[in-house]
Amino acid sequence: MKYVDEYRSADAALAIAAELRTLVEPGDHLKLMEVCGGHTHAIYRHGLDVLLPDEVELVHGPGCPVCVIPLGRVDDAISLAERPEVTFTSFGDMLRVPGGRNRSLLEAKARGADVRIVYSPLDALKIAVAEPDREVVFFGVGFETTAPATALTLVRARERGIHNFSVFCNHVLIGPALRAILDSPDVQLDGFVGPGHVSTVIGTRPYEFVCSEYGLPLVVAGFEPTDILQAVAMLLRQLHDGRAEVENAYGRVVRRLGNPRALAALETAFAVREDFEWRGLGAIPRSGLRIADAFADLDAEQRFTVPGARIEDPKACRCGDVLRGRAKPYECGVFGTACTPERPLGTCMVSSEGACAAYYAYGRHRT
Amino acid sequence: MGVHVQWAWAHMCLGIPGQVLERLDDGLAKVDFSGVRREVSVVFTPEAEPGDWVLVHVGFALAQIDEDEARATLQLLGEAIAAELAT
Repeated sequence: MKYVDEYRSADAALAIAAELRTLVEPGDHLKLMEVCGGHTHAIYRHGLDVLLPDEVELVHGPGCPVCVIPLGRVDDAISLAERPEVTFTSFGDMLRVPGGRNRSLLEAKARGADVRIVYSPLDALKIAVAEPDREVVFFGVGFETTAPATALTLVRARERGIHNFSVFCNHVLIGPALRAILDSPDVQLDGFVGPGHVSTVIGTRPYEFVCSEYGLPLVVAGFEPTDILQAVAMLLRQLHDGRAEVENAYGRVVRRLGNPRALAALETAFAVREDFEWRGLGAIPRSGLRIADAFADLDAEQRFTVPGARIEDPKACRCGDVLRGRAKPYECGVFGTACTPERPLGTCMVSSEGACAAYYAYGRHRT
Repeated sequence: MGVHVQWAWAHMCLGIPGQVLERLDDGLAKVDFSGVRREVSVVFTPEAEPGDWVLVHVGFALAQIDEDEARATLQLLGEAIAAELAT
């Protein structure tokens, strides 16, 4: 497949891995964080962690948008889905995520709620057009990567005068999450592998504070094995040279200013919330999006009442430490026992892009 | 369907490269993903013409793939291999 196979060349991966070994000194312990579920998954799927020198440790930040939705918001989604007049539409990833009473949308569906999987928010809008007697609610989840799709769908609904469509908005922003991680106590990081697809929308400029305010390098990376290894090599070169810059190793799709049209759509349809609760990390200021006032009639939270309860993460779960890079998944007491992909307890196990789920699926049960 | 395409299709946060086959009305285009054809919104990449490659997320093309940049990255990889073979 074009633009995939070439970046999976084993020769190229091994060549970069050899270069990586020349960029570290014995005794180094370099901690690099990636903040994209796609990266976490690719690293273990392709076994990239074993190609890295022992001196380099990859940790997995809050990059999986499914994983960061708090339990209370999942319960709100379930309560919307259980309304008899509602057809609740969602990306498939969200269906197994347990809420506060350990119940998921999938279980609500099994009990008779009209829950349907869509690939795109536009598909949800199509359902609203085809079934005018149903109240179609779309579960808006994701970083700036998916938020423009939701934004454009809201614009389309407005243009076409579709009134039986609304969005339950849980979109989140990557920049404030990075800042929250960097401001956490006991967090020791040496650099970031920047998220590739979020950056197609926001560009590389929003990461510049990581370098200027925190003195750390950040390299935006694609998702194929050589993309990620190349980004690690660029980070090690920066650390070696004492530089802290934003570099772009995914130039084939990421531009410094991102996608202006997608950004404009975000600006039109959303406003930034004062703060938003993240699973495992707590409330982060200005880190989530709500529906803009001009689209308030298409906001599911205003059209319907949701319980809006705040529910603590399970005590046994160490996801907060995993997301900050303070603990490895296998260091958590419930990893692989009380918490598995079939019955996830914590946020990092719920989606296959979560760090714990990736460790579990690819057998990284210990070092 | 390629395993990669299948995998990416099932996961909202992954993007997949596809080739524009045909522009349709309403900001849509028919896009080919390794033989799987789907309608995709190209409102965010309006300059994408048939033959161009785009990166698609949840039914929207978010970026047009820059062929020169793609080639440049591949050339760097080729050089890395050559350097490794020479040592």
